[in-house]
Formats: sequence, C-alpha cells, structure tokens
Amino acid sequence: MDNDKIEEIISRHRGKPGSLIHVLLEIQSENHWLPRDVLDRVSRSLEVPLSQVLQVATFYKTFRLTPRGRHEVQVCTGSSCHVRGSARVLDAVQALLGIKPGETDPDSRFSLETGNCLGCCNLGPEIIVDGKHHGRVTPDKAEEVLKNYK
Amino acid sequence: MPRLQSAAELEKLRKAVLSGRDPGKPCISICAGIGCLGFAGDRVVGAFEEEIGRQGLKDRVDVKATGCHGFCDRGPIVAIYPEDICYVTVSPEDVPEIVSRTVLGKKLVDRLVYSDPATGKKAARPSEIPFYRNQMRLLIGDNTRIDPRSIEDYLAVGGYGALSKALFEMKPEQVLEEIKKANLRGRGGGGFPAGQKWETARKAPGEEKYVIVNGHEGEPGAFMDRAIFMGNPHRVLEGLIIGAYAIGSRQGFIYTRHDTPRLKQVIDRALSTARDHGLLGKAILGSGFSFDVEVHLDIGIFVSGESSALMRSIEGKKPEPRAKYIRTSVRGIWDRPSNLNNVETWANVPQIISRGSDWYAGIGTERSKGTKLISLSGNIVHAGVVEVPFGTTLRKIVYDIGGGIPDGKKLKAVHMGGPMGGSIPERFLDTPLDFDAMAKLGAPIGAGGLLVMDEDTRMVDVTRFFLDFLSHESCGKCVPCREGIRQMLKIVTSISEGKGKKGDIELLEEISEVAGAASLCALGKTASDPLRSTLRYFRDEYEASIR
Repeated sequence: MDNDKIEEIISRHRGKPGSLIHVLLEIQSENHWLPRDVLDRVSRSLEVPLSQVLQVATFYKTFRLTPRGRHEVQVCTGSSCHVRGSARVLDAVQALLGIKPGETDPDSRFSLETGNCLGCCNLGPEIIVDGKHHGRVTPDKAEEVLKNYK
Repeated sequence: MPRLQSAAELEKLRKAVLSGRDPGKPCISICAGIGCLGFAGDRVVGAFEEEIGRQGLKDRVDVKATGCHGFCDRGPIVAIYPEDICYVTVSPEDVPEIVSRTVLGKKLVDRLVYSDPATGKKAARPSEIPFYRNQMRLLIGDNTRIDPRSIEDYLAVGGYGALSKALFEMKPEQVLEEIKKANLRGRGGGGFPAGQKWETARKAPGEEKYVIVNGHEGEPGAFMDRAIFMGNPHRVLEGLIIGAYAIGSRQGFIYTRHDTPRLKQVIDRALSTARDHGLLGKAILGSGFSFDVEVHLDIGIFVSGESSALMRSIEGKKPEPRAKYIRTSVRGIWDRPSNLNNVETWANVPQIISRGSDWYAGIGTERSKGTKLISLSGNIVHAGVVEVPFGTTLRKIVYDIGGGIPDGKKLKAVHMGGPMGGSIPERFLDTPLDFDAMAKLGAPIGAGGLLVMDEDTRMVDVTRFFLDFLSHESCGKCVPCREGIRQMLKIVTSISEGKGKKGDIELLEEISEVAGAASLCALGKTASDPLRSTLRYFRDEYEASIR
C-alpha cells in the first residue's frame, strides 16, 4: 500500500476524537490487512502510542494482522445455520481448502473465516465468498461454489 | 433544496410530494433487504429497470428497490401496487412476464403466487397470506412503500410530522411524559423503560449530552434491526431527533455494523438528505433546536453492543465494559450523560408522539406495550422478520405466521434472547410474548431473535454452541466471565461428546452461579443463561451422557 494513500486517510481524520478506529478500518478496506509498518506509521502520525494501536488492532476481530488470500470465504456459524447443519458444511470447506478458520492457504487463493450470523437466516446454512451469499449450502454445493474461484 | 424553515414549509413540501403522485399509478416494489439480496434480489431489481425501459414505460410505471418486506424465506419478494399483489421467489427471468401480464394486463402470474405448503391453498395478497395476515406491522409495514434513499417516500407516509409536532407544539418535558405514559420499553434486550432512561439523562448534570442509536445487532439469529434501519432509516432518525429534543442533547451517534456496506450507505444518505432539508443540523425546521449525528462502525465483536463498551468504542478505544455503579445515562461517552437505545426503540418514538400514548398503550399486554419485531429462524418453514403485538402467543408466531416446522418434523424447543437467552420446550408454546412472562420462564425476549428447533436438535449441542460463541466474544477483562465461560464450555463439550463425568452437572451449576454473580457486565452475568435453561428443561439429555 503506498504511503500517499495512508497519509491521505490519516490526514482526513487527524485531530478528531476517536479517529484511530476509523483510520484502521479505511486502511484495511484498501489493503485487506494491516502490516506492522503501517501500524507504526499510524501511531506516529496520529500521535497515539503504538501499544494503544496494537491493543485496538488485536482486540477487534475485523482487523487482520496477517496477509489475506485472493478470496475471502466465510462459513456462517450463527445459531440458525447451526441447527440447519453448518458444522457439516464447515468440515467440508475445511477439507476442500486444506485450511482452518483464520488461515490462508499457501497459494494465497483462499482465506477462511467463520462468521457469526450475517442476518440471512432464511438462506442457512450459507457460505459467503468475497461478499456474495450462497444459500442453502450442502457439502456438495460448497464444492460446486468454490470451484469457480481461482 | 433550500432548508425548511418552519412546520408550515414541511407540510407544504409534503403536499407537493403527495399531489405529484397518482395513487393509481402502477408501482413495482422489489425487496432489497439482506435476505432477498442473498437470493440475488439485486438482479431482479436490475431486470425490472431494464424491462420497463425496454417497453418504454418509464413514465407510466414506478420501480422501487425497498428494504426488507419480512417474508425472507420466499425471497426475492416483489409487491405490485395499486393491486397489492405479492409475488414470491421471483427470478430475473420472470420479470418480462410480470410486467406484461400483471402490471399492464392486470392478471396474475399463477406460478409466482404464494401457495401454502401444507394445504396448497394459493394467496396473492398480503391480506390473504397467513405470514402477513397474522401480523401487526406498525414498524415494518411502511417498508414496502419506501425507497430508503428517498426522503420524499418517507414524507409521503407522514414522515417527520411527529418531529414537527414535538418541536412546535410540545415542550421537551411533555415529549418525555408521553414516552413515559406509553410505557415504551427498550427493545435491545433489557426491556428497561425508555422514558425513565431519558429522564435520567435529561436530569443528569452537564451541558453536553449525547443520544445514541445502538444498531450493533451482534447476536446470531437477529436481523430485525437491520430490516428497519436499512428499509426506513428516516424513521429511526426522526425518533432519535425527538429523543434528543426531550433529553436536551445536541449531538447524536449511530453505532452500526461494518459488515453490511449497504446499511452504511443508506444511513449516510438519510443523514445528508435530512441535513439538506433542514431536519438535521442548525435550527431544525427553523426552531431554536439544533442537533447533528455522527456514524460509527462496530468492528466485529459482540461485547461492543454492551452500552458502556459501545461508548468506549465510539471514543476510539477498545470496547471494554465498566462496572455501572453510575449509569451511562449519567456518565457515558467522554464521561458525559449519554442515552443509548436500540434501533427498534427509536423507531417506535415517532408514532407515539403523532398518535399519542393512549393509543400506544392500548396495544400489547399490561406491562409490555406496542408491537415487537421478531427474527424468526432455525427449523421453521418461513424464516423472516415478523412484527406482532405483545401478548401474541409463541404458538401463533411459530405456526400461524411461521408455517410450522419443515419436513413434517415435530417442534422440540424454541430459544429466545440469543446467546444470553434461554430455550424452552414445546409445552410452553402458549406463553404470550411479554417481557416479564418470558423472563420468568428463563427465556427473556432479548432483542427478539426466535430460534426454532425440531426434534432432531440436541440441546447439549445448542448450549455448547452458545458458550462457544461467547467464549470468543468475552472481552477478557474480568475473570469470572473469561474463565467461567471457558470452563463451562469445556465441560459441556465433553458431555456433548458423551464423555461426561459424575459431578459435571453440579460443577456447571456452581460455575454458572459464580459467573452470574461476579461478572462485570451483562455478557458475563447472563452467559450461562442458555445453560441454565437447558439444565432446567432438558436435564435428562445431560444425564444421559454422563457415565
């Protein structure tokens, strides 16, 4: 991620109370994850101690401190998907991708996460790939869906 | 758009909007709520726009992408006015036929009409479809008529009339009195009387006060706040402005989900159009009252929905709750009085002001007034967003509205209140929806998520699921919550794997008691509630796994 973009994001928020979270969110939405040197830079530019930046960046689950794959796979493990059989879907997806939730495969093709209820309980069990919802998924259908992402 | 300077100018604009609209003009309203979008509802919207353009009907037919209609299970949903026809599971390929046959030809497309899965009976209008017919849709009913990006659509259904009434015909104390008399109770989980909370914030010392919309909605199986916020954002905003006026606040915050980008877009747009119209900002509608709102995003942790944690998050810090010897309505954001209510609570405010507390208090039960939005999910035929008056029985919600259990299976239990709620067996299904009646059974209404479970569900597994969820969501600040949940999860997991030991149940009861008594915030205090409820009603399932 280039420094000008980071500076631009920081300068828009500098001086406003509560700006740290907004800055980290915007950087992540550009860069998909938060590299350590970027966090250093945010700390210096916003004049927030690095300890506090890391505290916020590690506390909220949305912030990623490791690189991500090209495609983000989420398996919903909310309560409704749970009673509709999401555990089997998750097992199948893990076996297919060879990674566990929180991990990225060696080819940087997929990152896998479990998501807690995205509010589409009518679709459950569901998986979400790069923000696109795939509903009423079975282990077979999961394989069908994931094939299409290179 | 010049800013509106008085109540009369608002009414003039409303008249202009209404007179420019022909009630007989065909309007196609397509649900673009999250549930229908999951079924490619946006492609249906695109197909309608294209077809109307292709047939040269742009001036004769309106096409609207609206918020959630509620009938998520059968999405994408398309409503056609003025005939008030509801089509279910519509695909983009159906669109040309709908336009020529129904919109122009005034005839039904039979295959898209709802048919009752049990009886096969067809029903084309919401007044005939059991899912809609058995509801009272005071909050969500307008969704089908409103494009959330259009302030004119909200004005057309009487929007901002309550705000104008509050600002020009009522003193702040009178507004507060109405809310108290209506006995509006908070819809976020606790059921705490909103009027009492407002009064505490109003009387708290300090010049700067804040009002906050809690749109975090972090519990699994809850999606009704998003339905109302994404579908009718101005209604929530109007409620917030009225509340700010009653409390004496000039600054508001909206705290909402980061993982639903469309929600943020809708809110940002509602705020900017409200500002352009003089309904937000300096001297609202030319009155002496000024107020503005800032949007903050939750970033994926459940505990940041807890009031004191949420306020830390707005300050830009990590969301750790604090002990609430002093309420947040006295000392909240930056230690200033901060009144937090959830989306649905704020959405109730305008109708109480415009229709009066007597009208409102006439709906519901003795101590729970008005209607409640319910997210119906799990092993249920029609998952979706449902609105019923308090006092409606769970049986009516599950069977008459929800259509019962799929695949001919039997109902085993229903769970209310999410990870901090409880499960009750089938025999309590005639309990009325009421804050106190449900709490007494150990299944508090919470935010309104109703999870239905069929006979194949193992209750120990469900309990393990909720504990597992909470073990990842605890902030870790206090030991009884952090360690208590972890240990309970460990024991319940071993029981669910059939490896339970003698004494496990007693140990679980002991840990849950300590965590309940000694945790700092509501998350830890109520984390063991699902466990307690299943131990209470399904103890035999635990005992069966213990050797």
